Amino acid sequence: MSLTANDVTKIAHLARLGIAEQDIDNYAKDLSGILDLMTQMGQLDTSGVTPMAHPLDQMQRLREDIVTETDQREHFQAIAPQTEAGLYLVPKVID
Amino acid sequence: MHNMTLSELTAGLRDKQFSSVELTQAFLSRIDQHQDLNAFITVNDETALQQAQAADQLISAGNAGPLAGIPIAQKDIFCTLGTKTSCGSKMLDNFIAPYNATVVDNFNRAGAVMLGKLNMDEFAMGSSNENSFYGPVRNPWDTDCVPGGSSGGSAVAVAARLAPAATGTDTGGSIRQPAALCGITGLKPTYGRVSRYGMIAYASSLDQGGPMARSAEDAALLMQVMAGFDPKDSTSVEQAVPDYSACLNDSLQGLKIGLPKQFFSSALNSQMAAAIQAAVDEYRKLGAEVKEVDMPNLELAIPAYYVIASAECSSNLSRYDGVRFGYRCQNPEDLTDLYTRSRGEAFGAEVKRRILMGTYALSAGYYDAYYLKAQQVRRLISDDFKRALSEVDVLMGPVTPSTAFRIGEKTSDPIQMYLEDIYTIAINLAGLPAMSIPAGFVEGMPVGLQVIGNYFSEAKLLNIGHRYQQATDWHLQVPKGFE
Repeated sequence: MSLTANDVTKIAHLARLGIAEQDIDNYAKDLSGILDLMTQMGQLDTSGVTPMAHPLDQMQRLREDIVTETDQREHFQAIAPQTEAGLYLVPKVID
Repeated sequence: MHNMTLSELTAGLRDKQFSSVELTQAFLSRIDQHQDLNAFITVNDETALQQAQAADQLISAGNAGPLAGIPIAQKDIFCTLGTKTSCGSKMLDNFIAPYNATVVDNFNRAGAVMLGKLNMDEFAMGSSNENSFYGPVRNPWDTDCVPGGSSGGSAVAVAARLAPAATGTDTGGSIRQPAALCGITGLKPTYGRVSRYGMIAYASSLDQGGPMARSAEDAALLMQVMAGFDPKDSTSVEQAVPDYSACLNDSLQGLKIGLPKQFFSSALNSQMAAAIQAAVDEYRKLGAEVKEVDMPNLELAIPAYYVIASAECSSNLSRYDGVRFGYRCQNPEDLTDLYTRSRGEAFGAEVKRRILMGTYALSAGYYDAYYLKAQQVRRLISDDFKRALSEVDVLMGPVTPSTAFRIGEKTSDPIQMYLEDIYTIAINLAGLPAMSIPAGFVEGMPVGLQVIGNYFSEAKLLNIGHRYQQATDWHLQVPKGFE
């Protein structure tokens, strides 16, 4: 199984991950090698095996639907790259 | 003072042989003296001394916590209110966490002093500590060698006596492998035993925090503080915490040890194999019975792990988008450019590889072939452990295929690096506890013995480690220049 430079560009876009043009071929080579390693799993027959999502097979715990957090907006926004009037700022999305 | 055990330090503080301020100063000056190891990302000179002062007052007043006045260091993956938490990444180089991880709160409540935050592979992805934005950490046994990873800074701080003890996290071997390569004791608890709240997520179904110390006895004291149910972690396990020090001295007469035959294949360096066999022989002398066990699916642990861990990583790391915290690129053209460039500029190569791999494995058309398949293989591996641990009490084997390798030796080939975790990864897939203890040297470099137990058998593992450490002195060896 091997990935092309084009595949890497597509996956990087899905992940919104910038990859420098000159590094793409290297990622394609590395990822193809890793995929070969993963393909080894194909040799094992797993039909009928229940997938294991969690090591202890426990249920997600539920809690009462009550407010437990206090408003800490200023505290949290103190580390934000850009805020205004209590809002996070990003480049304009709609003209 | 820097060679004393945690119990000795606690007694020294109580009996006023030294104060916590003196103790903290002694370790801060060792950290300063050995900066070239690059074990710390942040050193908290000021706040550590304030904490020490407060601890001294509590000790005098007679109402101090169990680790009152004891300096420790935290892996930089645990969020610390007011102190930078970088996770080894440029992405979080400016991140001051607005809250404490539960593990950090627990140490504060116990009265411990935090010396600083320890270097690590970026987002805990790596086996050599070479993936840190802050540069590689050096192994005190040979400073041209890696300390292992991802908790490399933690292992080095403890091995070089820059801190009496430290915390680590283990997703695929990140406590045990550096502990082995640096000659210290590291315990990866059962999944869910130690709270993950405020512990920056890499692969949430595998991540687990644990103690890194110079002996099993010290690790037991740390576990006592770290373990426990936490409602803030949705996969924390609601189960009583035993007294981890109570049965350290229990006899090992009749202990049944299994040696998975897949652990002793040709991949294992022959000198390593001899060291592990010698350690197992020591256990025979302590009264244990040894038999071989077969775990046929173990060999597929690496591919299954890298699918599951990469998939979970690609999902977890999507939160780093340059909007609410962390790195943001300069002058973004639009929102997509902001996301793409912030992530592209701030993540290192290994993190990018895993995000890409995980995104691919989860993408439409490939989910069944990779992610689902990996979860099925995970079940079969877990069943192998269940079967083996119904026949024996614990499993033993190596932690690593060889001793510490040279800095730069494996950086060009990610797969070579992945194979470093061949003996540790399966344990995370099963969610079991496992420990690495020093078991000798090969050409002057430490070798670790891995002991794997059943779910929630941490006290038993510590007992098994402690009895070995009563009979041997591997764990007391200090690297030259750090005595």
